[in-house]
Amino acid sequence: MAAVTTAVHAPPRPGPRNRLTAPGWIRAAWVSLAGAAFCFGLVVGLRAIQNYEPLIDGNAIVTVMLIGVPLFFLVGIGGFDYWGRWMIGRPTQPEDHSDHGARSWKDYFRVNTDHKVIGIQYTVTALFFLLVGGAMAEVIRAELAQPGQQVVDPNTYNGLFSVHASLMIFLVIIPIFAGLANYVLPLMIGAPDMAFPRLNALSYWLLPVAGVMMTASFLVPDSGAFNTGWTAYAPLSTDAPLGQNFFTIGVQFAGTSSIMTALNFIVTIITMRAPGMTFWRMPLLVWANFTTSLLVVIATPFVAGSQFLVLIDRALHANFFDAAQGGDIISYQHIFWFYSHPAVYIMMLPGFGIISEIISTKSRKPVFGYRLMALSLLAILVLGFTVWAHHMFVSGMWNWLRVPMMITTMLIAVPTGIKIFSWLATLWKGVLEMSTPMLFALGFISMFTLGGISGIMLAAIPVDIHTSDSYFVVAHIHYVLFGGSMFTIFAGIYYWFPKMTGRMFDERLGKLHFWMTFVGFNVTFGPMHWLGLEGMPRRVADYADKFAAWNLVSSIGAFLLGAATLVFVYNFIASWAGGPRAPGNPWRARTLEWQVSSPPPIFNFDEIPQVVGGPYEYGVPGSVHAVLNGDREKVAVGADGNGQAAHAAEGNGNGAETRRE
Amino acid sequence: MKHLRNPFVQVGLWTAAITAVVGVLVWTVPWEPESASTAAGPIDTLYDVLALISAFVLALVTSILLVAVVHFRKRSPDDLRDGEPIHGHTRLEVVWTTIPALLMVGAAVYSGLVLADIEESKADTQTIRVTGEQFAWTFEYPDQDLRSGALHLVEDQPYQFKITAKDVIHSFWVPQFRMKKDAVPGMTTDVRVTPTRKGEYTLVCTELCGLGHSTMRAPVVVQDQAGFDRWAERVKAGQEPQAGGVVPQQGSGGQP
Repeated sequence: MAAVTTAVHAPPRPGPRNRLTAPGWIRAAWVSLAGAAFCFGLVVGLRAIQNYEPLIDGNAIVTVMLIGVPLFFLVGIGGFDYWGRWMIGRPTQPEDHSDHGARSWKDYFRVNTDHKVIGIQYTVTALFFLLVGGAMAEVIRAELAQPGQQVVDPNTYNGLFSVHASLMIFLVIIPIFAGLANYVLPLMIGAPDMAFPRLNALSYWLLPVAGVMMTASFLVPDSGAFNTGWTAYAPLSTDAPLGQNFFTIGVQFAGTSSIMTALNFIVTIITMRAPGMTFWRMPLLVWANFTTSLLVVIATPFVAGSQFLVLIDRALHANFFDAAQGGDIISYQHIFWFYSHPAVYIMMLPGFGIISEIISTKSRKPVFGYRLMALSLLAILVLGFTVWAHHMFVSGMWNWLRVPMMITTMLIAVPTGIKIFSWLATLWKGVLEMSTPMLFALGFISMFTLGGISGIMLAAIPVDIHTSDSYFVVAHIHYVLFGGSMFTIFAGIYYWFPKMTGRMFDERLGKLHFWMTFVGFNVTFGPMHWLGLEGMPRRVADYADKFAAWNLVSSIGAFLLGAATLVFVYNFIASWAGGPRAPGNPWRARTLEWQVSSPPPIFNFDEIPQVVGGPYEYGVPGSVHAVLNGDREKVAVGADGNGQAAHAAEGNGNGAETRRE
Repeated sequence: MKHLRNPFVQVGLWTAAITAVVGVLVWTVPWEPESASTAAGPIDTLYDVLALISAFVLALVTSILLVAVVHFRKRSPDDLRDGEPIHGHTRLEVVWTTIPALLMVGAAVYSGLVLADIEESKADTQTIRVTGEQFAWTFEYPDQDLRSGALHLVEDQPYQFKITAKDVIHSFWVPQFRMKKDAVPGMTTDVRVTPTRKGEYTLVCTELCGLGHSTMRAPVVVQDQAGFDRWAERVKAGQEPQAGGVVPQQGSGGQP
């Protein structure tokens, strides 16, 4: 990864430190071990005082360690250093920015408060778990290629689809959007960093903790991975063996990470916009992340709560969900879906933002109906909280709740439709450049439309009564989360790859990746619609013989999809290591992140830019989005073909660096 | 034929063509299994109507997308033009907000009517108690004082199933009936079915309930009154198994 060792990214070298006590992996290792010992001692000590038998109880020890050891790890790696010093009254280390930027690949494995480093940490971590979760999906499809049991036993199978879904949702889609936005959002609003850089670093480091915990659940003896699905419905989850705690507690770390990042985005967007960057001049990606962050802050505590209730039921026998003790089983589903339906929008709205950026830039046209595009995000935010019980039409909840939930669910198609039609109108009469990001953006529009349509069918209660918990739902969720979210993620990664790595990716491999993904995706998930309508339930390790043919087709598609992902991984690594150097603005885009060098200088802008117009004024003669420092007289960004402006801005970035050194 | 090159005309033609093809597929291919209850007809028709509207929306979106790509794509890398700076069109935006909203309200009203229809209570309804447990179903017939692991029903007889579960949540689904309801411990849910077609079907559990979830099935037989009576006699005489389903599979991490 020589790409990151450019002069632009090189921070001043820190002085010598004691490696045992300096923040880092060595300290993380011994502090974590000490934490494990502490948790062990705590459990055994308390049991000894109470005269509990047996003294050494594996379940109790592991449960306490799952909560405690990650906190010790975070202290060890350095997530709390500044606050710790402040709290105990020691002099805090003055911020000398020595930890900004990344000098080599090793710097990505340290606590770093630079939003650009954190953005890459988030993105790469999420891509790693995409491969882990994807590998699990391949095993699932291998098992389902034929009826009967071939590859894994039912316990492992249930674990595989549970961990697959949990990783894809909590470790891939949600955080990768946070990663991309972490990198580009401060740049887009003309800010030097996020509002709370230390909080930003801490929220990243919670993420690998959650991912490792969920994945490691496969190693639990006599239990295996949590196997109750990512929905973890009680009382199946409250009765499940120890592996379940790896989900129940893992979700807390992923959720905390989400909430802290969302707070950071909200404050950053409200307080750190460059002068002149009014709300109506913000790029739609910023609007999208603002809305998403509000969703996260309001909704995520509910999933945390639902899992805490399960944990308390499991560990302390509180009987929230034990019907025999007066518990209420349906209430779990209400609490869970009050988060998990908005979560669908948490996993989609940032993608909407990405698509708006790409469609506008690659069509050389202003986003059609910009204000309505922003307002429709807010409409989805509000409506998104009124539809959760459509997941429960056959659950036995109060019957009267079904029809209102059906109406709100169907109405949410209206703001979503506004977005799709506005993107199409943006394409119309543009000058479309059919490069990889654009292909994924257009693929997204068609596939997400399909996913939305099957969503409306599921909203119709009578159709849902038939298709609920069948493969139709599996098809729908993958059209929304893969055809929807993942396509926008790939589009965004290709679009900002030059900005983030300073290198260009291989366009031909990118196109190959797109077409393999597009075909493989449809072959995998298309037949599932039919399987579900025909009567195949979901989450089954085995199925009736009559479903064999379409399952085989689906499995073949899944292997093609796996091969496509390998193309992507190769392109990603090879291009980052040795792709051609990226210019500051390869796409001739107008938003601010493209007006600085690739990758941007450590503090993004030499001087805070002055925003004077909208972000998408393509084709408007004399239009200007922002004026960068030193250029106020000579260059109006985006006034002409953009190339000149970008070049000048790049010069500024380097100039800033030279001056600091 | 000059107007055929007009992109708007092309969108119209493509939309009509794709809608027609998908529409024919929707109406001719049997997407659902054979229908064996009074609920199946209305649900299938609702599905077909929604699928047809969906086909139109999908056709419209794809057609605009493809025609735009063909007509407006950048021809050479040196083409540095910008597109027309169109910022919006209020009337168009009102149209594509209002029409989908009306369509959705219409779909919701239609769905509500179908829902009322399929859940309507009928005269002479018989009650059957259904209990799910890991990993088997039990059916109790209070009127006949019967208990069985197989579900035998009389053709054209309205039934109300009173469903519960002993351990975790299960779900009662006979795809040919199109009806489904969760079996929840500690409460009784209900679902109404009037079987209309003689035959043998399978009841499947559709709520993940543990290791044996994929094998938690029960035979369903719809027959005439005489056949049902003969079966009832055999059950009372102990010639039929009292409880059916499958033997729970115990893996290394079995559910308690």
